Amino acid sequence: MNSSVITFPGSNCDRDMNVALKKFGFKNKMVWHDDIELPKSDLIVLPGGFSYGDYLRCGSMASKSKIMKSVISFAKDGGKVMGICNGFQILVESGLLPGVLLRNKYLDFICKNVFVKVNDKDNFYFNDIKKNILELHIAHNEGSYFCSKEQVKEIDDNNQVALLYSDENGNVNEKDNPNGSIKNIAGIFNKEKNILGMMPHPERMIEPFLSGEDGSIFFENLINNLK
Amino acid sequence: MIVDEQVAVDHGLKKDEFKKICDLLKRVPNITELGIFSAMWNEHCSYKSSRLHLKNLPTSGKKVIQGPGENAGVIDIDDDDAIVFKIESHNHPSFIEPYQGAATGVGGIMRDIFTMGARPIANLNSIHFGSPQHKKTKNLLRGVVRGIGGYGNCMGVPTIAGQTNFDESYNGNILVNAMTIGLVKKGKIFYSKAAGLGKPLIYVGSKTGRDGIHGASMASAVFDENIEEKKPTVQVGDPFTEKLLLEACLELMAGDSIIAIQDMGAAGLTSSSIEMASKGGLGIEINLNKVPCREAKMTPYEIMLSESQERMLIVLENGKEEMAKKIFDKWNLDFAVIGKTIKSKKIELYFNEKKVANIPVDILVENAPMYNRKWKKTKLPKRIQIKKEQFKNLKIINVLNKILSSPNVCSKEWIWQQYDHTVMGDTIQKPGGDAGVVRIHGTNKAIAASVDSSAVYCWSHPLSGGKQIVCESWRNLISVGAKPIAITNCLNFGSPENENNMGEFVECVQGLGEASLYLDFPVVSGNVSFYNQTKDIGIKPTPTIGGVGLIKDYKNMITMNLKEIDSLLLVIGKTEGHLDQSLFSRDILNEKNGPPPEINLFNEKNNGETLLRLIEKKYILSAHDVSLGGIITALSKMCIKGKKGAKLKKPNYLINQFEYLFSEDQGRYIIEIDKNNFENVMKILEKNSVYFDELGVVLESDLIIDDKSKVSIDDLIRSHTTWLTNYMSN
Repeated sequence: MNSSVITFPGSNCDRDMNVALKKFGFKNKMVWHDDIELPKSDLIVLPGGFSYGDYLRCGSMASKSKIMKSVISFAKDGGKVMGICNGFQILVESGLLPGVLLRNKYLDFICKNVFVKVNDKDNFYFNDIKKNILELHIAHNEGSYFCSKEQVKEIDDNNQVALLYSDENGNVNEKDNPNGSIKNIAGIFNKEKNILGMMPHPERMIEPFLSGEDGSIFFENLINNLK
Repeated sequence: MIVDEQVAVDHGLKKDEFKKICDLLKRVPNITELGIFSAMWNEHCSYKSSRLHLKNLPTSGKKVIQGPGENAGVIDIDDDDAIVFKIESHNHPSFIEPYQGAATGVGGIMRDIFTMGARPIANLNSIHFGSPQHKKTKNLLRGVVRGIGGYGNCMGVPTIAGQTNFDESYNGNILVNAMTIGLVKKGKIFYSKAAGLGKPLIYVGSKTGRDGIHGASMASAVFDENIEEKKPTVQVGDPFTEKLLLEACLELMAGDSIIAIQDMGAAGLTSSSIEMASKGGLGIEINLNKVPCREAKMTPYEIMLSESQERMLIVLENGKEEMAKKIFDKWNLDFAVIGKTIKSKKIELYFNEKKVANIPVDILVENAPMYNRKWKKTKLPKRIQIKKEQFKNLKIINVLNKILSSPNVCSKEWIWQQYDHTVMGDTIQKPGGDAGVVRIHGTNKAIAASVDSSAVYCWSHPLSGGKQIVCESWRNLISVGAKPIAITNCLNFGSPENENNMGEFVECVQGLGEASLYLDFPVVSGNVSFYNQTKDIGIKPTPTIGGVGLIKDYKNMITMNLKEIDSLLLVIGKTEGHLDQSLFSRDILNEKNGPPPEINLFNEKNNGETLLRLIEKKYILSAHDVSLGGIITALSKMCIKGKKGAKLKKPNYLINQFEYLFSEDQGRYIIEIDKNNFENVMKILEKNSVYFDELGVVLESDLIIDDKSKVSIDDLIRSHTTWLTNYMSN
C-alpha cells in the first residue's frame, strides 16, 4: 500500500507519521508542500505541527499551498485523505470537512492521553477495528471543534462523527471533554467518509514504551482495510 | 555622537574599562565601536567576574568530545552517536516580559544546539518564582509556561523534564533556565572556528530589527524601579522561523560546505562575528549595507547590537554560495553574503562605503577585563537542636499531606501538560519522574536527563549546596537506570560586586567542582547569570545543574511507580535524621537556620553505582531518590504514581520517627524488589558495603506508617495534585 505524507513549512509530526506508516507496512513517500503532483497513493496524510507557524489561523495558509490543489482534487475523486491535529485544521480550512477548530476551552495547550470512543464503524478507517474505545494522545492549542447547529444536525444525520472524547468505558460526558469541542467531537468524516480529520495522534501510540499502544490498533486496522 | 566617559558609563562600562579601551585602541572609539565594546565586555558575554573560578571546574573525561568554550558541550554515547547539550539562563528578560523572555530563552538554547549540527531531541527547564502570594507570581508563571510551550511545541521538540520552585527571594527576579539536548553523528559536529582567508561570510535566517538592543548589557545589571522601561531590550521570538532555520541548517550541514557556523544570540552580530574571528585567529570584514534589515534606516550601531532572533552566521567554502542559497530559498529564509574573512585580525565594518569600525579582535576578546572580585567565605552554620517536644502536637498524616501539597513538592502537571512532551515519538519517560528519558531514534539506546537546584542548601552553606546539586542530578539519572555521563550548569547569582554574593558563587562553584570530579561527572557547558538582584536584594544562590546519562537498552529503564503488591521496599543509604534546612524544618517547624545535610561523596558514588548494578541484574522493580521532604515524601510519590499503597516501619535506631521520615540525608534511594530476590539483593548491597534499611512492603491502596497512622492513596493523590491547579485557576 502506498501512502504520502505532506510536509508543510512548520509541520513537525511528519517524521513520526512516516515512522508509524512504515512500521505497519505502508510504502510511504514524503511530499513537499510546494510540489504540484502527488505520487500514486492509496492514502494521503496531512500531519500535525504548526504549518506556517499557525499564523492567520491554524491550517489556513497551508490550505492554500500548491500541493493542496492536488490533495483536494484527489479527495473529491474519492481518494482517502487523513488529517491529524494540524492536518485536521488544514482539512477544515480547505473546506474538505465542515466546521472549524477553535482555541481550547481553557486557552492552554494540552498534551495528555485521552480516551476516544469510535462512533461509527461503517467506514474504511474504523471498519472491523478491534477496540471501540481507544486511548490516544492529544497535543494541541486549537482543538475545540465547532460548527453551526445546522451542520451539527447534518453531521449527525450522516453519521459523520468519527470519534468522541469519552471516559475509559466509553461514556461521553463533559468532564472528559478536554478542549470544549461541541458534543465531545474528536474527529469527523466528510459525507462520503473517504476523508477523516481527528485531533488525537495515533502515531505517538505505536509501542508499549511510548504513551501506549492503541495507535497500533488503528494503523493495523487501516492497512488491513486498504488491502 | 561624541563618545566620552559618560557615554561609556551609560553603556554599562566602568570608567577604568573605558580608559583601558582608549589605551588599547590608542584613540577614543566611535559610537559603533563603543557599542561593540559594551556588548563584548559586559558580564554576560565576557564572564569577567566568573572566568577565574570557572577555570577550576573539571571539564574533561573519557566521554567528553567538547567541553566548555563552544556553543554547547558534546559527549560520546557510543557507536557513531554524540549528544550535544547546554543550559542557559533567560532570567532578566523573562521578568520584564515573561512570554517573550521565556520563549526566546528556549529558542536561543535550541539554536546553540543545532548550530553544532545536532538535531534537538529534548528540552528541559528549571524555573523559579517568588512567593505564591506575591502579586506578580501568578502572571509570571503563566507567561513563562506559555512562552516555553509556545516555542518548544512549535519547534516539535519534546519538553521531557523540568523543575519549578517558589521562594520569596525570587519576588523581584525570577529565573528561567532552559536546556536542550541534541543528537549528532560524531563525524558531523560543527564548530565556530573560522579558517581560511577570503571565505564568504553568510547571514541566514530572520531579518535584523531593532529588538533586543543591549539585551546582554541589560542582563548584566541589577533591576530598579524603572524596570518597565527595559521592555525594548527583550527580544521577540518566532518559533516558526526557527523551525525553518533548523531544517535549512541541517540540510546544508549534510554536505561539506560549512567551515564555521555560529548562532547570533546575546550581542547578536557583534559576538558571533568576533567569536568566529577570534577562534580562527583571523579578521572579519562586514558590509553592513548587505545585512537584511526589517526596518528602514537602521544605523551600524543598531545593526551590530540588535538581538533579533533566529539568525545564523556562516563561514562558507568559496563557490558554495549558490548551492547554499537554494536551500535557504526553499525554506523561505533570508540569505546574504555580508562579508569575508580577512588577514588583518581585525573586525572591520563598512556602511555606505565608509569604514565605521576597525577594532583588533584580540583587544575585544583576550584583553577583555577579568576580575578577581572580593568574596567572603560562608561558615558552616551550627546544628539546630530541635527539641523533640516540637513533634508532640504533630500528626504524621497531616504533615505529610501538607508537604505533598506544598508549592515546591506538589505535582507540576498543570505546567508540563502545556508542553508537548511526546512529539518525535521517542519519549519513554515523561515529566514527573526522576528524569526524562528519550530514545535515540531507531536504536536501543536512550538518554536520561534531569535539571536540579537546591537554592536553600546553597544559601545556607554554598560549598555543601554546590556539591549536593551535582549529587542530586547524579541520583536522578541513576534512579531511571542511566549511567551519568556529564553535566551542564547555569549559575544564577546576585551581583558579583557584592562580596557575599561573590562568595556564594565561588564556594558553590568549588562545591560543584569537587563533586563532579569525584563522581567523574564533568561539566561540559554552562552559563553564568549574575545581577539577579533588585536594588540591594539578591536571589538565593541558585546554581542549576542539567545532568545527562545513557541507558544502553531502553527496555531496562526504571520508573518510580510502585509495581507489585507484596514486593519489598528498601532504603539504600543511611538515615541520620538531619532535619536542618529540610522542608519539614522550614515549612512545618518554621525553623530556617542550621546547615544543609552533609555530603559524603564516597557513599554517594558507592550507593549509586551499586544501585546501577542491581538494575543491570534486573532486581529493581521501581526506584526513586530521596530528596526534598525525606523518605515519606519519596515513598508517597511512588505510591501516587503507581496507585498502590505501602506499609512501612521505622527501623529500630535511636532516632525519632519524624527524623526518620522527614530528614533529608543525602545519598539515599528507595527501591522496590521482589521478595524472592531479597537474599541476592542483600548480598550485593553487603558486598559493596552499602547501608540499607528494610522499610516495608507494597500494599493495595493505603499507606500505613508504624501500624498507627493510615491514609488512602486517593487522599494523597488529592493532596499532591490540587494545589497548583487551584492556584492558577483562582
